[in-house]
Amino acid sequence: METKSIQQPVKESIYPEKESRLAYIKRELTTGKHYYILMAPFLIIFFLFTVIPVIISFGLSFFSFNMLELPKFVGWENYSRLFLNDDIFMIALKNTFLFAVITGPVSYIACFIFAWIINELSPKVRAFMTLVFYAPSISGNVFFIWLIIFSGDSYGYLNGFLMKAGLILEPIQWLKDEQYILAVVIIVQLWLSLGTSFLAFIAGLQNIDQTLIEAGAVDGIKNRWQELWFITLPSMRPQLLFGAVLQITMSFAVAEISIALAGFPSVNYAAHTVVTHLIDFGTIRFEMGYASAIATILFAIMVGTNMVIQKLLRRVGE
Amino acid sequence: MMLFQNIMGVFRIKRKLNRSFAVSFLMFLLLALFGAFMALPLVYAVNNAFKPLDEIFIFPPRFFVRNPTMDNFFDLVALMGNSWVPLSRYIANTVLITILGTAGHILLASAAAYPLAKYRFLGSKTIFSIVVLSLMFSPHVTAIPNYMVMSWLGWIDTHASLIVPSMAFPLGLFLMKQFMEQLPDAMMEAAKIDGASEYRIFWSIVMPNVKPAWLTLMILQFPILWGTDGGNFIYSENLKTLHYALGQITMGGIARAGVGAAVALFLMIVPITLFIISQSSVMQTMANSGMKD
Repeated sequence: METKSIQQPVKESIYPEKESRLAYIKRELTTGKHYYILMAPFLIIFFLFTVIPVIISFGLSFFSFNMLELPKFVGWENYSRLFLNDDIFMIALKNTFLFAVITGPVSYIACFIFAWIINELSPKVRAFMTLVFYAPSISGNVFFIWLIIFSGDSYGYLNGFLMKAGLILEPIQWLKDEQYILAVVIIVQLWLSLGTSFLAFIAGLQNIDQTLIEAGAVDGIKNRWQELWFITLPSMRPQLLFGAVLQITMSFAVAEISIALAGFPSVNYAAHTVVTHLIDFGTIRFEMGYASAIATILFAIMVGTNMVIQKLLRRVGE
Repeated sequence: MMLFQNIMGVFRIKRKLNRSFAVSFLMFLLLALFGAFMALPLVYAVNNAFKPLDEIFIFPPRFFVRNPTMDNFFDLVALMGNSWVPLSRYIANTVLITILGTAGHILLASAAAYPLAKYRFLGSKTIFSIVVLSLMFSPHVTAIPNYMVMSWLGWIDTHASLIVPSMAFPLGLFLMKQFMEQLPDAMMEAAKIDGASEYRIFWSIVMPNVKPAWLTLMILQFPILWGTDGGNFIYSENLKTLHYALGQITMGGIARAGVGAAVALFLMIVPITLFIISQSSVMQTMANSGMKD
């Protein structure tokens, strides 16, 4: 019997050789060449001023470095000094957490509630109210206006008002009295905090699928609170996550407002925060290693809190 | 009840599903109250700029201006002319930094966002995760190494130290990427079939279609640069910014309070005007801002 081998339509189609890892990377780099070129300018700057500095900061926190002499390795000494021998840092840490615990949740909830109410208005009023609430956060650092409102003499608006009303007899030193400093900074911080996340929430609310709400009404949702909990919040989860990140990061980064209002350093460190402590050691005392340790701790606090909150928020409405 | 209905009429409240008048009314009252709290300092800043000096320092202090005057602005112009570094110099510096920084940011962030939004390639996921991670800490964390990088580059005391880092603001890349994901793929495929290169597609197809996102990036970046006082990077007086000059003017004490108020009004009015112009585009972009699971 004669035999004839069958011609394969495609040569070696059945057992392709396994591509090596290196060849894969090479192929990806060639096919994606244009993408890398497009991203390069942004990424070079981003790495140079954001990613690499975080790494340098972490590395430097194990050194003693004053910008003049060569860095000297000191191991964990900076950290042990921070937590065991630096009373001011403890005050700063306490204040920072106090700020964050109050301004973080309050500003986040305020962003949502105001966005939620504004969303019910007619388009023109809505645009106007959005502007009113958003304007402070973009008005070019004019929070020094609050300096005049809280000014310690009788020309200060709050003092003048309270004295005229007969509530106090002599002016209160709002920005010099430890009792009030923290509260004043918190109020101003809250005033400035309806920023990007507030806009994101309004936009998110406007894009909720209206058929969901109608369907919900058929299924027995009777009032706005039920609608909020069962439909609005779950539909807005992506915006809620985004807003949380921005508000948390901001609430831990209180510094400029504290410096502008309460001075630097503030009276008896009443408004001293981790960031102002960092500024103190980084730009005044030039203890760069020590300042880097503070920066590393700040980084850990911010990223850690964000991660935890992200985990929690992902459960909303599940 | 009649009054009540009229008030609701003003706000054109539709009788919507799941809404009761009483609760709506209370909520709008709350909104109005807090709205006043938000607006008062800004209204005050506007009023102050038009107050004659004797009205700024009146006791008990008055909120609204009684005899509005343009004196503060004339004084400002006079001050501009005869100070050592003319005020126009500070304004020019601020305008230069803001325009270059904002335009550069929009361009670089869009160029980087386009591949991340539309293609999967080696490292694309990792890069995006790093960008999201960087939203989770404030720039204070990197302040010290930043100074070292700047001095290594020789950029201390140049405008580049303010302009260049602001171009790679991660929030802008994030928002731009989320917005570009909404563009239909067919648009790019059609261009590819016609033989357009990736750069061509980016420049002539993608960029014109993401204009709302440009304005959003602008409104986020602009106030930061506009309000910068130069930080630790600028030492030369003739390179400093308007916000720094404002600090100097207000430190000049009582005699300069009126001029200070005029400068503050100028600093504040520009970003707010920009937001009014771009508001609808901004809201369109923000709708896509969410973080997906």
